[in-house]
Amino acid sequence: MLKLNVNGKETVFEGDPSMPLLWFLRDEAGLTGSKFGCGMALCGACTVHLDGQPTRACVTPVAAAQGRAITTIEAVHTDPVGKNVQAAWRKLDVVQCGYCQSGQIMAATALLKSNPAPSDADIDAAMSGNVCRCATYQRIRAAIHDAAQSAPKA
Amino acid sequence: MRILERFSGSVASTTAALELPAPANLSRRAFLQGVGGLAVGVCIGPALSACKPASAPSGGGSATAATVFEPNAFVRITPDNRVIIVAKHLEMGQGTYTGLATLAAEELDADWDQVSVEGAPADAKRYGNAQTGGSQGTGGSNAMASSHEQMRRAGAAARAMLVSAAAQEWKVPVGSLTVSKGVVSHAESGRKATFGELAEAAGKQAVPETLVLKDPKDFKLIGQQKLGRKDSSGKTDGSAMFTQDMKLPDMLVAVVAYAPSFGGKLKSVDAAKARAITGVVDVVQFDGGTGYRGGVAVLAKNTWVARQGRDALVTEWDDSAALKLGSTELMAQYRTLLDKPGAVAKHEGDAVAVLAKAGKVVQAEYEFPHLAHAAMEPMNCLVQIRDQDCEIWNGEQFQTVDQANVAKLLGLKPEQVTIHQLYAGGSFGRRANPKSDYVLEAVSLAKAARAQGHKVPVKLVWMREDDMRAGYFRPMFLHRVRAALDKDGGILAWEQRVIGESIIKGTPFEPFMIKDGVDHTSVEGCFEHYAAANVHIDLHSPETGVPVQWWRSVGHTHTAFAKESMIDELAAQAGVDPFEFRRKAMADHPRHRAVLELAAEKAGWGTPLKPGEGKARRGRGIAVQESFSSIVAEVVEVTITDGKLRVDRVVCAVDCGLAINPDVVRAQMEGGIGFALSAALHNAITLDKGAVQETNFHTYTPLRINEMPVIEVHIVASPEPPTGVGEPGVPPLAPALANAIYAATGQRIRKLPLVKQLKA
Repeated sequence: MLKLNVNGKETVFEGDPSMPLLWFLRDEAGLTGSKFGCGMALCGACTVHLDGQPTRACVTPVAAAQGRAITTIEAVHTDPVGKNVQAAWRKLDVVQCGYCQSGQIMAATALLKSNPAPSDADIDAAMSGNVCRCATYQRIRAAIHDAAQSAPKA
Repeated sequence: MRILERFSGSVASTTAALELPAPANLSRRAFLQGVGGLAVGVCIGPALSACKPASAPSGGGSATAATVFEPNAFVRITPDNRVIIVAKHLEMGQGTYTGLATLAAEELDADWDQVSVEGAPADAKRYGNAQTGGSQGTGGSNAMASSHEQMRRAGAAARAMLVSAAAQEWKVPVGSLTVSKGVVSHAESGRKATFGELAEAAGKQAVPETLVLKDPKDFKLIGQQKLGRKDSSGKTDGSAMFTQDMKLPDMLVAVVAYAPSFGGKLKSVDAAKARAITGVVDVVQFDGGTGYRGGVAVLAKNTWVARQGRDALVTEWDDSAALKLGSTELMAQYRTLLDKPGAVAKHEGDAVAVLAKAGKVVQAEYEFPHLAHAAMEPMNCLVQIRDQDCEIWNGEQFQTVDQANVAKLLGLKPEQVTIHQLYAGGSFGRRANPKSDYVLEAVSLAKAARAQGHKVPVKLVWMREDDMRAGYFRPMFLHRVRAALDKDGGILAWEQRVIGESIIKGTPFEPFMIKDGVDHTSVEGCFEHYAAANVHIDLHSPETGVPVQWWRSVGHTHTAFAKESMIDELAAQAGVDPFEFRRKAMADHPRHRAVLELAAEKAGWGTPLKPGEGKARRGRGIAVQESFSSIVAEVVEVTITDGKLRVDRVVCAVDCGLAINPDVVRAQMEGGIGFALSAALHNAITLDKGAVQETNFHTYTPLRINEMPVIEVHIVASPEPPTGVGEPGVPPLAPALANAIYAATGQRIRKLPLVKQLKA
């Protein structure tokens, strides 16, 4: 039996410990905001945070998440940076189909938490693992800059 | 071990026996008048018309139904002051929910913040698309064109009834009331009421017989630069529901083993290892049929378990009837047609004879690969079959077609098939399959599961690899263009042969879209809006056995490239600037010329580009294409360093008539450009011995953020009726890019994807 901390809540999982975290979140925990896009860590639609680190849930065994804080899109607003990123996404209307955007927001939040004022090159480096077939990239870039500028000063 | 003796998993090529409603007998104008709440009442009829759902606002209904004001099929106003707009079109990213809501809310004078949107169920009587003969569906970038008057009328009718209710309650003349941001006011008495407060009383008012729509100068929402998308909130907090996210009580998830080649059939399957996996509920063999695959499905409560089970199946396939060829052989077959006349698509003057005598003929061939849609959400569909009906949950793009096909498969009437609308995680045309491929696959699977005792909802989920290899690709195409200039540097003659599989043949659209052997979608946009006295275009539509389908911007994905590349070659032949050459050659088309000029002006055409560093070479290219009644011109700037290409900037001008939501228009141009750039640079589906070689995003590589250029979008101010924006941003990108590479390096690239063609 695995003990997991999902969005601040303790929960247990008694199934296959090698199952990717994504399917635990989506099919067992009912948290469907993290998406299945490729199953091979190629598109980033499944991105969640493990202890704040952006992680591809589709290739991370659920057992590897034990003892770590799992944060998904459903709770990213509890982090001031995450809330700021979501606000920037809405202000600039980044989304189109929206399917990749949970992963984009999780990746962008992790970037801004480690680098509060990223350059375009920093954004390319941090975000190029996240595919958007609608190609909303220009607005993703703008929204990250916007969130960086509107961040509450420490 | 279980041996399956006979298994039909082939993608058959016979014509679907489905008939679509014939194009409307009513004229377009009559239809639009009809939906205005008058006697014809097709969709927005009086509250108790035949197309009304169960809730009846004008008395008689339950307490709940009586308090929700539902004047027509498109508007609902609740007592808690919410305005719900029912969207007859799928939201797949293109912004239709926002557009449809804008139109209705404008005439309603609603507060934008009180407005939300729901997807309409399948019901062509209420939600048919006037531009496709009344069949319900989304495509051809026509949602705004088909809806702008309809949705405005729906809003205006609701507003009139709200005002009438207030006038009655307050005993004041209708003319003394004003409406703003969802509040009806009487200035003299100072009385005010929200829409919610008036909802019940409004439901008792007569539907107005005449409606006066706003003068565009009074628009408050339409044309507003930044209104805010209605789907932004749910798509940024994880709450937006896609088919993939649906879970019903007792639902089983199905992951399927398919034949590796198109047309392959199952010979045998050993499911022992799959059945041994904890959580696997059952293994179900199901039949394919016309246009859809069969396979062996593993059912489980959990997607991962179903996938593990699928991967544990040991299958043998009979490929005796399967496609055996690869892309190279298919292109070689296309080439054998290059010198044979095809079905004539356009013939003006005598291009062939003129070219035979012309001094200098410019000739070029253009090659295009199969392309996958590769939407972020792999195809999926949730089905619940019961004895006398079937319920489907889907990001549904083709309601009427899917409803009819599902009904036929199950022996039901179309109205016994309920389809619930969800968001689609992209589509790019894929979810509008004329043969209902993935929907029928899900239904066939659910039917087979039911026969094995699983009378529960079943969700078919394609893994990325299943999606990539399922076919229904943009077809391969080969074009040959021969052209010559007249003595004044104009176009004397243009001869074009187009070779590529028809996406329409064998579909219900064949009677309307193939005329005299010419599939219009194969040649649309070939040579238009330029002046030439002699034009000849013909077409070969070889059948290859590869399932093909429309892909964002359809024929324009290849015709624009051939046209705008050859125009550039002719400009070079004439020794004239490519922009000036186009400008002169489209003198008779002022609207097109204006778009071209706007893009050129904003891009600084004619001014030197800032030189690149070191050995970097820079260039600028231009292209223009009308598609789906919108005109788009793009100027691309590139830098090439040691054979490495960087697309720096794209300047786009668009004339789409009235821009209902300018920011959505900009977003669609940005996204269309990025989508087109992905294909132009990198993407190809390649077949080897009938099997698709690409599997996932490492072999079919989508554009990523580090390759995204800076994009500027300029919208032509226009009073014309709105036209589409979902697709028209795509076509000009690839030719403008190839033309920019030529400007930078002198290399003409005539084969896509182009990165592989680029010389060091």
